[in-house]
Amino acid sequence: MVESLDQLFVNLKHWALGFLPEALQPLVSAVLSIVPLVAVFGGLFAIVTIFERKGLGRIQNRYGPNRVGIPFTDIRLAGFGQFIPDGIKALIKEDVVPRAADKVVHFLAPVVLLIPVLLTYAVLPIGRNMTVVDFDAGVLFFFSVGAAVEISVFMAGWSSRNKYSLLGAMRGIAQMISYEIPLILSAVTVIMLVGSLKTSDIVAAQAGFTAGLPNWFVLTPWGFAGFVMFLIAALAESNRAPFDLPEAESELIAGYFTEYSGFKFALFFLGEYLGMFAIIGLGITLFLGGWHAPFPFLTWVPSYVWFMTKLLAIVFFFIWVRGTLPRLRMDQLMSFAWKFMIPMALINLVVAAVWHFMAGTGAARWVVCALLIAGPYVLLGRGLMENKHLGKRTYRFAD
Amino acid sequence: MSPVFLILALVTLLSAVAAISFRNLVHCSLSLVVTFAGLAGLYLQLHAQFVGFAQVLVYIGAVAILIVFAILLTRSADTPNHAVLAPGWLVGIAVAVVVFGALGLAILKSEAISKKVPAAPEATVKQIGDALMNQYVLPLEVIGLLLTAAMIGAVIIAMRDDKEAK
Amino acid sequence: MLGEAIIKGMAVTAKNFFGSYVSKERLPTVQYPEERLVPKENARQFPFLVYDGDDWEKGLRCVSCQICEKECPPKCIYIIKSKDKKPDYKGQAQFYPARFDIDISVCMSCGICAEVCPFESIKMDTEFELSTGDRFGGLLLPKEKLAKSNEHYRKVHPTDAAASDAVLAAEIAKAEAKAKAAAEAKVKADAEKKPA
Repeated sequence: MVESLDQLFVNLKHWALGFLPEALQPLVSAVLSIVPLVAVFGGLFAIVTIFERKGLGRIQNRYGPNRVGIPFTDIRLAGFGQFIPDGIKALIKEDVVPRAADKVVHFLAPVVLLIPVLLTYAVLPIGRNMTVVDFDAGVLFFFSVGAAVEISVFMAGWSSRNKYSLLGAMRGIAQMISYEIPLILSAVTVIMLVGSLKTSDIVAAQAGFTAGLPNWFVLTPWGFAGFVMFLIAALAESNRAPFDLPEAESELIAGYFTEYSGFKFALFFLGEYLGMFAIIGLGITLFLGGWHAPFPFLTWVPSYVWFMTKLLAIVFFFIWVRGTLPRLRMDQLMSFAWKFMIPMALINLVVAAVWHFMAGTGAARWVVCALLIAGPYVLLGRGLMENKHLGKRTYRFAD
Repeated sequence: MSPVFLILALVTLLSAVAAISFRNLVHCSLSLVVTFAGLAGLYLQLHAQFVGFAQVLVYIGAVAILIVFAILLTRSADTPNHAVLAPGWLVGIAVAVVVFGALGLAILKSEAISKKVPAAPEATVKQIGDALMNQYVLPLEVIGLLLTAAMIGAVIIAMRDDKEAK
Repeated sequence: MLGEAIIKGMAVTAKNFFGSYVSKERLPTVQYPEERLVPKENARQFPFLVYDGDDWEKGLRCVSCQICEKECPPKCIYIIKSKDKKPDYKGQAQFYPARFDIDISVCMSCGICAEVCPFESIKMDTEFELSTGDRFGGLLLPKEKLAKSNEHYRKVHPTDAAASDAVLAAEIAKAEAKAKAAAEAKVKADAEKKPA
């Protein structure tokens, strides 16, 4: 019973494929894997926009959207129908292309954004036996395809012939390149210790429990540090607050997609959220045990439920962060990436190696590794703050 | 020749031609991105996953962005008015044809092409890693040292301005 | 300076988030169509014409002097003076507006018309839910729609209405005194005439 519920979708697909002739099966199998994925994550995008608006509202002591429910009825669903009118609005709005814009590149930019973002979902293990393509080099595939997003940002910003778009694109690319390094370096620790780039192998390496706690990498010193750095870099990669400089509303209108309207704007919006879900999904796979249950007595819950729960939990955390932290300045962003994140990620790499070679020493490796991370963290943090003179701001004339 | 290969080859070649024939430099660099992607597709078609993905990561994710940034920072986005082809284009084509012909002849006449090549063994990522870390560890370290030296040099160049300003 | 401030900030926002579900005082938002705030007494939206009594046509205070039309900065008032006259609240024969239109899409709610009116006949209303599907006809209010009773005025602006009522009462008293004096003078004149 538990087993069949867990494998429900896998079995459903195989059952449906049984009706088809042999020649058609690979094609239909691919379609049957892709379509539900796109539908589920598209739906998740719609719901998360509402969660985000309501959550930010509550953080700022407002209600947030609470009017729209099911269309043509009086059922309000506490505002969770808001995405329907939003979607209709985006679909039927006029698509304005600036006269000076480079029409072809302007048209291609949202497409170039969405294709790699959707491709990254191919390697995410959403549940047991639920990976679309289990590449040998899955994690590398994820990062390499994700790198194409930068091209789209550049295309959108450059083709609009708008200084805000161009500035947003420059900021976006600089930020993405800078934070890609700590992102990949923190993922490399996991790859190093698992010894495989295959996402399913990485999840399998985190199976099982020790002393009631799961064998997730986040529960080791290097894994915890790696996970925190991965989350920070993921925030920056998905252009979310406090790293939303590329689209800083108050400075750049909407950054590189200022000159997009209607459905193309919606595509950028969708691409951004799907990119965020994908990178969170990778973080779950690498550090949070993928689809594994957190406690031994909860293993009866289907694997895909665990994946989605972890995904939503981190999405809520991102919304919480967005509601809390102010936007960084450009130089702060860069110095944080190059002076703090990258050194810490490199140190973490060494710590992971130490952890590997101290296997079997029990508590000693915990103490050594924790110290090896905490020491540089404190030193780096203090060192960077030395000449900053932070404190309460004093005003010369205003008082 | 499989249809997949034909399509990839066509895309790669066409975008390569486009990359040298567009007037606008940004269009050229974007076509170059398509060429890189086509090359990556060719690697993947040869079952070289690691090389294919590394091609995308390095060439599209880094080199293309570097080119684009260089264009953005050095010149205006206006399309130049002068002709696409340099004045000596006929000579250039002649040289290219001669070189291509010589290379082609040499390859066709060599013994390697007549030999039946056994199907290439499928190299897993693990094998590549093992080879890099055991057999080729010295070249890898040398390359690493070289890149580190280059990076330190870049940092020093970037730092000099700061000192003069003070 | 190692990220404690970030954790402190996160705690503050978390408190706000959960607190907004627990205590109503945290949410200052008024859920407008269902809940409404009582309008402030000094609120003013668009002008209306005051009438006395029950019949708006008979009781309209406006005498069509057109001062408001001339003073209106955006020129949103349009008046056509009547040819005939009708008695006003004092019983005096006066002109009345044959047509009195205010284009509230032009009106900027400055209240100058109400200030300059010497007859206490144009005042500012607090009605603000005037949206309409017809943006030309629906926003051009004729005098039938503008006319509102003095009771309405007393309700929306009690202090101002009391002052205005006092002015009118004084006017009426003055008019009555004048009429009385005139009548007495007439009686006196008649009495003086008689013996002659």
